[in-house]
Amino acid sequence: MRPFTYERATSAEDALTRHDGETYYLGGGTNLVDLMRLGVETPARLVDVAHLPYDEIQLTPDGGLLIGAAMSNSALAADRTVREGHPMLAQAVLAGASGQIRNMATVGGNLLQRTRCSYFQDTAKPCNKRDPGTGCPAREGEHHNLAILGHSEACVATQPSDMAVALSALDASVHVLGRAGERTIPMDEFHRLPDNEPERDTVLEPGDLVTAVEVPPLGMPSRYRKVRERASFAFALVSIAAALDVREGAVRDVRLALGGVAHKPWRAWRAEEALRGRPATRESFLRAAEAELDAAEPLRDNAYKVPLARNLIVRTLTELAERAEAAEPGEGTTS
Amino acid sequence: MDSESTPVHADITLVVNGREHRLSVDTRASLLDVLREDLGLTGSKKGCDHGQCGACTILIGGRRANGCLALAVAHDGADIVTVEGLARDGRLSPVQEAFIEQDAFQCGYCTPGQLCSATGMLDEAGQGWPSTVTGDLGSEPVLDDDEIRERMSGNLCRCGAYVGIVAALREASRRKEAAEA
Repeated sequence: MRPFTYERATSAEDALTRHDGETYYLGGGTNLVDLMRLGVETPARLVDVAHLPYDEIQLTPDGGLLIGAAMSNSALAADRTVREGHPMLAQAVLAGASGQIRNMATVGGNLLQRTRCSYFQDTAKPCNKRDPGTGCPAREGEHHNLAILGHSEACVATQPSDMAVALSALDASVHVLGRAGERTIPMDEFHRLPDNEPERDTVLEPGDLVTAVEVPPLGMPSRYRKVRERASFAFALVSIAAALDVREGAVRDVRLALGGVAHKPWRAWRAEEALRGRPATRESFLRAAEAELDAAEPLRDNAYKVPLARNLIVRTLTELAERAEAAEPGEGTTS
Repeated sequence: MDSESTPVHADITLVVNGREHRLSVDTRASLLDVLREDLGLTGSKKGCDHGQCGACTILIGGRRANGCLALAVAHDGADIVTVEGLARDGRLSPVQEAFIEQDAFQCGYCTPGQLCSATGMLDEAGQGWPSTVTGDLGSEPVLDDDEIRERMSGNLCRCGAYVGIVAALREASRRKEAAEA
């Protein structure tokens, strides 16, 4: 591992002033330290931001949540307000990693973790994300768990965070402190599609520090479900974050995002559009899933993800609709 | 040696199993390496060195963590418990006793990590923290076998002593509840 200097930031502003071209911010280190050991990341300086006072959840005036970026994944998932008001967010966090890693990992670090594409993590292999211009062996090689949507000639990697998928469906936004001051980035615009710049996972600029994630109130039943190759401690083949508001048998509102299918959490805008105002039936859900997945461009060995994603959408929405039906007070009642 | 390869050192203080240690560490050193190489506490094991096997699990501030992914320099002032610190006054901890009674190991390489992880896990469950197999997130989790397996998934045992480990933690959890009732 390349030697580096270590400094502990005393404030967010202090962190920014300490950031130069070869600096990385350090949160829990669960991904960064591993990548440094692998030689994938080679910072000359680490600025530790895990001790900054962004380690709790504040309630916003509209009933939403402002989640501090230095909060641990465990603390987020254990929080009563999150479990009751935004259960899919707690479920998404709990679906990721192990107990040990969730205790160490921060919310900000979770958002910024890098892809687990095996070529990216292997410095003996070419990779456009790690070393721009060297090529993408995954396209013809081992890609059974890589992208089916929005990939490019340059990169077919997937974004690995479960939490980010739930945040996308929740219309969350990321609070960032940068050289030009504070700004807020909608979650759907935070991660990028690879295009011809796969080295950029997000729209963040050098020195930008994530300070919080803001989540508006949800007000409808939600669910995060993850399909993976073993029952625990594995990344998603496909995952879904879904929320559904059903009134008198019709879809009043719906939120859908998919994980494990693209270079960013895939907000299923087309499926949502196809569902609003439609009967909350299996047929509608199937049509909406197919509308979304029309855009899929599976690779040689990951075409299975298309029906998997379709079935996951249909099954999860059907379950949420059944729950809404059971909870509805009766015909003609509005609230 | 050019500046690219010159090691950088930092002075830190660690409290390990109740004892304070002042150390000069290479910024690249993990807590696992410092515990084993500098402090001679070789109970914590290096399995994968990537956070995947859990053999290095220790308690930092009472919470279980992978020692291999924790940079020592980033834990200046931390309160750490390793497997060497689980027993108190010559008495094994309830989790250690249950492991012996239920034959929860074979070769023993993963056992220190399993013990520290289980100790942290029982505390998390006692605080009402849910897991991905907890059906209703509004309720208090009950530590049945599915919950134990899920919560211990960050610790691999290549001998396959899982049946004994689950039995030991079922028993340790029962005794902990009885002691607190």
